[in-house]
This record gives sequence, structure tokens and C-alpha cells, in this order.
Amino acid sequence: MNRHVLMLVVNRLIIAVITLLIVSFTVFAATEMLPGDVAQILLGQAATAEAVAGLRTAMHLDDPAIVRFARWLAGLASGDLGTSYANNLPIADLIGPRFLSSMKLAAATAVFSVPIALFLGITAAILRGTLFDRVVTAVTIGVISVPEFMVATSAVLIFAVYLQWLPALAFANEVHSFGELLRVFAMPVITLSFVISAQMIRMTRAAVIETLNTPYIEMALLKGASRRRIVLKHALPNALGPIVNAVALSLSYLLGGVIIVETIFNYPGIAKLMVDAVATRDLPLIQTCSMVFCLGYLLLITIADIIAILSNPRLR
Amino acid sequence: MARFALSPRRLGYRFNAVGMIGLSVIVFWATVAVFAPLLIPYPIGDIVDYDYFGPMSAQFLLGTDYLGRDMLSRILMGARYTVGISLAAVALACFSGVALGMSAAVAGGWFDAILSRFLDALNSIPSKLFGLVVVAAVGSSMPVLVLTLAVIYTPGSYRFARALAVNINSMDFVTVARARGEKTLYLIGSEILPNILGPVLADLGLRFVFIVLLLSGLSFLGLGVQPPNADWGALVRENIGGLPFGAPAVMVPSLAIASLTISVNMLIDNLPVKIRDRSNG
Amino acid sequence: MTNLVEIRNLRVQAKTDADRTVDIIRDVSFDIAEGEIVALIGESGSGKTTIALTLMGHTRPGCRISGGSVLLGGRDMAALPQKALARLRGTEVAYVPQSAAAAFNPAQTIMDQVIEIVRIHGLMSTEAARAKALSLFRALALPDPDGIGARYPHQVSGGQLQRLSAAMALIGDPRLVIFDEPTTALDVTTQIEVLRAFKSVMKTGGLTGVYVSHDLAVVAQIADRIVVLKGGEVQEIGTTAQILEHPAHPYTQQLVAAFKPATRSKTVAVDTVKRQPLLEVRTLSAGYGPIQPNGRPLAMAVNAVDITLEHGQNLGIIGESGCGKSTLARAIAGILPPTDGHILLDGRELAPSARNRQREDLRKLQIVFQFADAALNPSKSIDDILARPLGFYHSMSKRDRDQRIDQLLDMVHLPRTVKFRRPSELSGGQKQRINLARALAADPKVILCDEITSALDTVVAAAIIDLLKELQRELGLSYIFISHDLSVVQAICDEIAVMYAGEKIEQIEPAAFGAAGGHPYSRLLHSSVPQLNPCWLDALEQDPELVNAFSKR
Repeated sequence: MNRHVLMLVVNRLIIAVITLLIVSFTVFAATEMLPGDVAQILLGQAATAEAVAGLRTAMHLDDPAIVRFARWLAGLASGDLGTSYANNLPIADLIGPRFLSSMKLAAATAVFSVPIALFLGITAAILRGTLFDRVVTAVTIGVISVPEFMVATSAVLIFAVYLQWLPALAFANEVHSFGELLRVFAMPVITLSFVISAQMIRMTRAAVIETLNTPYIEMALLKGASRRRIVLKHALPNALGPIVNAVALSLSYLLGGVIIVETIFNYPGIAKLMVDAVATRDLPLIQTCSMVFCLGYLLLITIADIIAILSNPRLR
Repeated sequence: MARFALSPRRLGYRFNAVGMIGLSVIVFWATVAVFAPLLIPYPIGDIVDYDYFGPMSAQFLLGTDYLGRDMLSRILMGARYTVGISLAAVALACFSGVALGMSAAVAGGWFDAILSRFLDALNSIPSKLFGLVVVAAVGSSMPVLVLTLAVIYTPGSYRFARALAVNINSMDFVTVARARGEKTLYLIGSEILPNILGPVLADLGLRFVFIVLLLSGLSFLGLGVQPPNADWGALVRENIGGLPFGAPAVMVPSLAIASLTISVNMLIDNLPVKIRDRSNG
Repeated sequence: MTNLVEIRNLRVQAKTDADRTVDIIRDVSFDIAEGEIVALIGESGSGKTTIALTLMGHTRPGCRISGGSVLLGGRDMAALPQKALARLRGTEVAYVPQSAAAAFNPAQTIMDQVIEIVRIHGLMSTEAARAKALSLFRALALPDPDGIGARYPHQVSGGQLQRLSAAMALIGDPRLVIFDEPTTALDVTTQIEVLRAFKSVMKTGGLTGVYVSHDLAVVAQIADRIVVLKGGEVQEIGTTAQILEHPAHPYTQQLVAAFKPATRSKTVAVDTVKRQPLLEVRTLSAGYGPIQPNGRPLAMAVNAVDITLEHGQNLGIIGESGCGKSTLARAIAGILPPTDGHILLDGRELAPSARNRQREDLRKLQIVFQFADAALNPSKSIDDILARPLGFYHSMSKRDRDQRIDQLLDMVHLPRTVKFRRPSELSGGQKQRINLARALAADPKVILCDEITSALDTVVAAAIIDLLKELQRELGLSYIFISHDLSVVQAICDEIAVMYAGEKIEQIEPAAFGAAGGHPYSRLLHSSVPQLNPCWLDALEQDPELVNAFSKR
């Protein structure tokens, strides 16, 4: 890697950090708008004015917003995620196991969907214009155009209601065997895979088609190269960067999809935790969950961008 | 219908069947949204059936919901919320996105840099999460929903319009106008806007689909349109209990959403093409 | 001599936007004898590349061979299945593309791509292939033949890539080599090297070739026979000497005539009194990129250039790509504000940026660009395009504008009805006339012409030059004419400024250009312009040190 590329990558990382700062400010500002006095909510309607004022001082609620923002940010950076309002537990303890089960779900989905999506995307691009390509394209447009909950409810209807192969709801904490694990994970994973595979297939197909339209592909054809050689030696090495970029970007859709999927399947992940926190107006918990999501999202799109930079052969 | 199908060609446009089907479905739902109160067979709040999650029947074409209300009426009225809110939000998002995008492209410099960085950061918040936090923070009402959805999709529209405008801005005809001494407002309105209008409209359609999906998702989480009103997403939420029975009340609102969003996609991918046949003349 | 190639009644169809099929090649027939080089010459859209590609059994997407036969060594390339074609491509017939930079895979080393044909067809061992590639690199006079193969395409210059693509074509010992405008994208001084290399490998190997080009002078150096094409049909076929000296077809005569514009002699100013110059540029510098601590931009494109333009005179600015000539024009027009220097128009100093200039100053100085297409707003009618400067500079009423637009269209010899059309409905030459008319609408004193004929076909370009001269006689305009094409500049300018690497190296009269006393670079440039004489390249002797010093190779 030469200096120029290193500069580009470092530049991209700095942008990511700045973005994270802006994002955290936005998250903080949004949750600041939550109606009602937190101290009042915590102490209940019966609390005396003195008690509320005392708690406000203790929680530094009377400080200017910018000071509280700085304090919160410093806390996050040092690993102090704060305390939940709802049940006074450290947020780190609440989030830990939930985060793990969400990661399991995401990992299972990625393992399942990435190979399938890459295969379908690349073959559709190579067989552009054929019936196969048109079917794949139509199906992916269909899946992208419907809400995630429709994919989820359809999956339940098909696999749980009509075929009765799988249970409709997931309880990841009651898993004792591999078979059970499969049954518990199956429905959320199928739903999520459908949603992100559709994105990935579209992006992969577009990336490969763009490469196939270049003059050096025509040149390879005019050298007498076979279709197989053209794809493997000329198209794919050049499409690799855009494809990996597409994978990283598609995986970031997991974050949006997971909110709906964990809710509908009652899956005890971090998204479900956050939706519940919104219901109980648990401010610190909402903030922290949001930051976890934004961090994950930012991480994925930054990785995607860096891969795009590194994969440009002109920069080698 | 035949007349309609022929007329684009007479105007020098080619419009294929898939695009026309898409357009018809969109027009259908738009009409439903406007005239819903005149079309519904039963008042939407009335419990008209003793049975809940009733099947499709001659009396209740789309069955009944979890309280025994007529689904058809609720779907027709739901169109108003889904189409209306999404349309308002997409109009707002695209207007601000395109206006800002063109200004940034023409002005350049620090204005462009700061605006781009800020909106990119806004774009780095997953849309559902953003909706979740904001709606939870300020409560859900129609104006809040429209504004939130608009804010979420403004950065994307900005990015798209800016990229197009930057391309046009580097064209020689804009340079000629600059060298002539034209002011920024003329450059934006007269040289750039007419040339990005087509793609911007297609992008508006695509963004409309995203907004419909996000609105439905929020309503499904209980953060969108609030009872007693219900858009299509909220209808799914209300009736999710009917899922184990395969009740039509669960799937029909989803199908309504899908029919709308897929039609918009079909239309965008098959827009009327101006026939440019240079060999003819 | 036996014929290696026999094309009979070839037809190629293309699909239009309206799903209609049109014949883009109609009834083309010609032969190529063994060891002969035949040139396909024609302007854009004449179908020359399409015909060349049918020799490999290939058509671009949307096109197909709909009739006739293309016999190569007795096999009909138009009828063979893809598998059989693949076996012949690279071994029997090979292709040298127009833009080698785009035709090389950016992710593979040059050597891997040069010997790929050998690998595909299993012709010889990799070792033997490498050795053969090295000998080809030497034969093509490539610098550093031993090391160049290990590099990636983006690490090598355009002229070298073009020669490497010839090595790539020749590695499989094909019987027929197709050159598709292989020197069009190169500067003239680079073109010489490449042409020489091509010619020597073709002649020493006794190879058969098809050379596709729009440039008659280039073709004259390398081809034995010439096929003149227009609109997908053959106009004339003849030996190079016959086509150049006794063109029979009117279209060929037009083509040849367009290549020989007369050199302008300096117009003598009527009054001998020394007048104030019309435009004066003093020590102008301009560049791109962020401003550095020393107050100058990162990449300087123009360095301390002085030019002076007298009333009614034309100044040519000539130089190769990257010499800063277009940047100079943009700096004068205020599009790219100069970082240093002064611009005086009619004795008044102009602000660096157009934004800060007086409207009256902007009116007097107009600019016309190379790409006629890109300079016209595609969403406006010609009427609107011409009306704007009339309203902007002259605040004309609607009726006056309409009248003036008719006059302007008359001046540039376009029918008045074109004002109802959009730019996309006009041809390239017509568009450039509209660009001129728009500049004229301002009633300017100076028009900056930035390569305005370079993107046009030769015949069309010649007509634009005639129009410029005519307008000058009638309106007393002055032009600054920027071009890389020496013959065009000589045809219209009273003086020529030569630019190299951002600096003006000399300013001389057209007749004296390239004479013994001039700057060495001017001499090199002058001697590098191909001439309509088949012996020119062989007789050309250039000082190798001069070439090394100034040519980018």
C-alpha cells in the first residue's frame, strides 16, 4: 500500500469519526426532546417538589445541554454506558446479552445469505437478458418493494401456519439442542436473508454488469477468450471491489430489518430492547442502543468505502 | 383505454405495457385515497360482524378485523393515510433536497462542504432508528410523521440531486452562461434544473416507495398513525393476532402496500421513452 | 496475389430507440490481398469500425450482420458459430483498439495481457511467449522492453500502451491485423513514433492489415489501398496514390480538398499608425488545485504568458495536450481566474473573475468551446439559446430579438427554421454554428475559439473555418484561435504563439513556422504533422535528441 492510498484511508476514517460525533449529537438532541421531566417521571406523581429538585441536581439535569452532552459522550468513551431509568440496572448489563443474541442472528443471516446472493447476482449479470436474469430481477424488485413485516408474516403463514414446520415465535434463551436452535433461528433468519439478499443481488448484478460493459472485456472477446475465461480472469477481479462494497452496504440493511424482525418474532435482541425502551421512555437506554446501531451502521459503510478505495487497481 | 395506450406514441413517446400497468395501479390508489369516504361500504369504526377475523365473504369482501370491523372499508380509508402522508413527506424531502443539492453544486466551497458533511452524517443513522427515536421523543401526530419522514429522506435526495447538478454544472453550456456573467439564481433555475428534472422525478418515485415502507414499518411498531385512525401498516399491527389463523385481515393490508410500491417501481423502470430516431430525419 | 479477405454485399443492421431496425452498413464489397494494407477511411458514422469488426465476426451490442459474407482465408466470419470464431480470433485475425488505455484490463500486468492470446489458444510455452513478447517490444521501439511487461497499464503512457496493444495483437502471428484508429488519441509528436513502429512490423512481417482512420494523411503513410466510406456505403476504392492525386468520387475530392487549406498571409494593417492593441495579456499565470503557501495553486498550468492581439488580426495558440492552451483561454475569459498577471481589453484592465467584470467587458469578449454538443443546453430550443445573450447584453425587446435571431442564423448559414429545434436535433457542424451565432449575438470584438473544429469531421471543420473568415471580413472581428492542429491554425491566423509546458516559447508568422531559425520545439511540431504524401513518413528525419526532449512518447 502506498502513501497516497494510506492518506485516502486515513481521510475516510477521520470522516467516519466526525460523522460519529454529528450522529451522537443528533441522537442526544432527539432524546432531549422527550416530553416530561425525567426526575418527575422517576419519582412518580406523588413526589414533593423538593425531592424532584434534589434528584434533578443529583442527576445534573439542570446543567446546560452542551455540558450534559459532553459528560454523556465522555461516559460512553470510557465504557460507562449509564444507568437505565426504568429498572436502575447498569445499561452495560442490560445490553450485553441482548447484543450477543442480535449478533448471532446477524451472523447466521450473513452466513446464509451472502453466498446465495453472490451466486445469484453474478450469474444473473453473466446471463443478462435471459429468462433467469429477468426472474431474479423481478423477484428482487418485489422483495425490496414490500415491507419487512410482510416478508415475516408471509414466512410465518407458509412455514408455521400451512406447512407447520417451524414455530412462529423465537425464544433464544430456551435453546438446548442444535435442532431447537435451527427451529428458533429459522424464521428470523429466513426473513432477514430475503430482505438483504435482494439488496445484495441487485448491487452485485449491477457491479458485474458495469465491468462487463468495459472495452477490455470486448478486447478479451476479440482475443478469442472463452466466456468462462472472460468472467473469471477479466470481469470478476475488477468487479471484486464493488462486490465486496455491495456486501458491506447490504449488511447495513440488516440493522433496519432487525428492528422489525426482532419485534415480530419476539426475539430478545438489542432492537427489541430498544423498542421496549421507547415504550417506557427509558432515555439513557434509548441513547445507548441508538449509538450501538449507528456505530454498527457507520462501521459497515466505512468498511465498504475503504474496500472501494483499496480495490481500485489504479491506486496500487 | 385503447386511445390512452395509443396517445403516447402519437406524441413521440414509447410506453410499454408494464409501465402502463404500474401507472394504472398508482392512479387507482390515488383515486381511492381521494374518494375513500364515498366508497366505503361500512363506517370504519362500526363493528359489523359478530365474528372477529372473519373470512372473505360476499358481505365482507376482505373479511373482518380483530374487532369484527369491515376490512375493505378500513383498507380504503387506510389508503388516505398511507398515500397522503407519504406524498406530503416525499414532496417535502425532494423539494428541500433538490433545492439544497443544486445550490451546493453551483455555490461549491465551504457551503457545499459543510452541508454535504452534515447531511451525510444524518444519512448514517439507520432510517428506522431515526424514526423510532424522533417519534418516541415528540410523540406521533400527522405533522410530526410527515416532517420526520421528510427529514430522513432529505439527505438522500440531496445527494442524488447534487451529484446530477455537479455533472451538469461542469458542462460547457453552464460555463458559457457563467462567462456571459449570469448570476447563480439563473444558473440554477434555467441551466441546471431543466436538465436534471427527469432523473429527479424518477428518484422522487423511488423515495416515495422508501417512505411508504418506512411509514408502514413505523406504524407496524405502533409509532406511526395512531388509533382510531389506521394506515396500512397499522392495520397489520392491529390484526397480527390473526396470523396463526391465516386471517385475510393480516395479509390484505400488506398486499395493498406491495401493490402500491411494486407499481411505482414498475412505472419508474418503464417510464415513457422519447423516441429519438435520428436516422429518420 | 491471392485474396486473404473477400467481403461481399455485407449488410449490418442496428436497432434504433424505436425498436426499428436500420441498415448501418449497406452492400459493402471489397477484397484484401495477402500482404496488403487496406485503409477504411470515412467520417464519424461512416461505418468503418463496424466493417472492421465484422472481419472478426463481431458486432457491437444492438447490431447484427444481416446479409452478405465476410470470407477470411475461405471461411465466412459472418456465418461461423461463436466457438469457431473464438478459435480464429487472436490466431488468424487480431485487433488493435482505438483506446489502448481502456482496452487493457487495469487489474493485470501488461505481460499477462500481451501473452494472453498464447495462453488461450495454447500456441507455445509461457517462456517462449515471453521471449517473443520481448522481441516484439523491441521491434515496436518500446523503451525499457525488459521491464515494461511487469508494469500495470496505468503506469505506462498512452503512446506506449498503443504500441503494447499492437504487440498483444501480433503475438499469435495472425494473418490479418485490424488497426482501429490506433493513433487518433495521440499527440502528433507521439503519433510519429507509433506509426513508424506499426509500419515497420507490418512491412517486415509481410502482414495483411486493415487500417481504420478518419485521417487521410495518416492513412497515406501506411496503406496500399484506400476504401472511402460514407453513411455505411463504399464511395470509392483505389490505390493510395490514385485516391490522393486523382480522386474520382466527389466526396473523396471534398475530403482531399479539406486537407489542403491555404496558409493565410499576414494582413497588413491599413493605417500605419501604431494603434492600441485590442487585447493584451501580461505575465498571466493560472492553475488548478488548492492554493499553496507561496500563493500559487498546486498545479500550475500557465506560467507568465504574454500575448497581444491587434484589431482585426487573428492570433493562433498551438501546442500539444497539457501545454496549457485551453487553460489560457479560460483564464482570459475569467472562467478560471488567473493567479497573476493582467488582462487589458481595449485598454481597460479586466477583473480576474468573470463574476466581477463589467457586463460591457464581458460582451466584447466571447468564448466558443470544442465540444459543440456540451456547450448547448439540451433542454432549450435554439431560439431560447440565442435570445438570452440578446436580452442579457442588449436588453432587446421580444420583436427585436426575433429579428436579430433570424439575422444571426443567416450569418452562420443556417436555415431560420432551426430556431424551433433543440440542440439534439442538429448535426455537429450545425451545433458549432449555433455556438458561433450565440457568441455573435453579443456583438463581440474578440472571440476565443478553443479547439472549435477539433471534434468535427474534416469537411465540416473546413466549412467552419471558411465561415470564420467570412464573419471576420463582414464584422471586423478578431479571433484567438486555440488548436493542436497546425494546418487549421495556419489557415486562419496572422501570428502563431507556440506553447509548451505552460509557457509561450515563441510567437511567429505562419509562413515562418517550422523554419530553421525558429525554436526547436516549433520545428519538431511542424515536422510531425502528417502530410498527404505517401513518402512523407519514410523521408522524415527528426533529431532524436529533439524528440526525446519534447515528445511525451
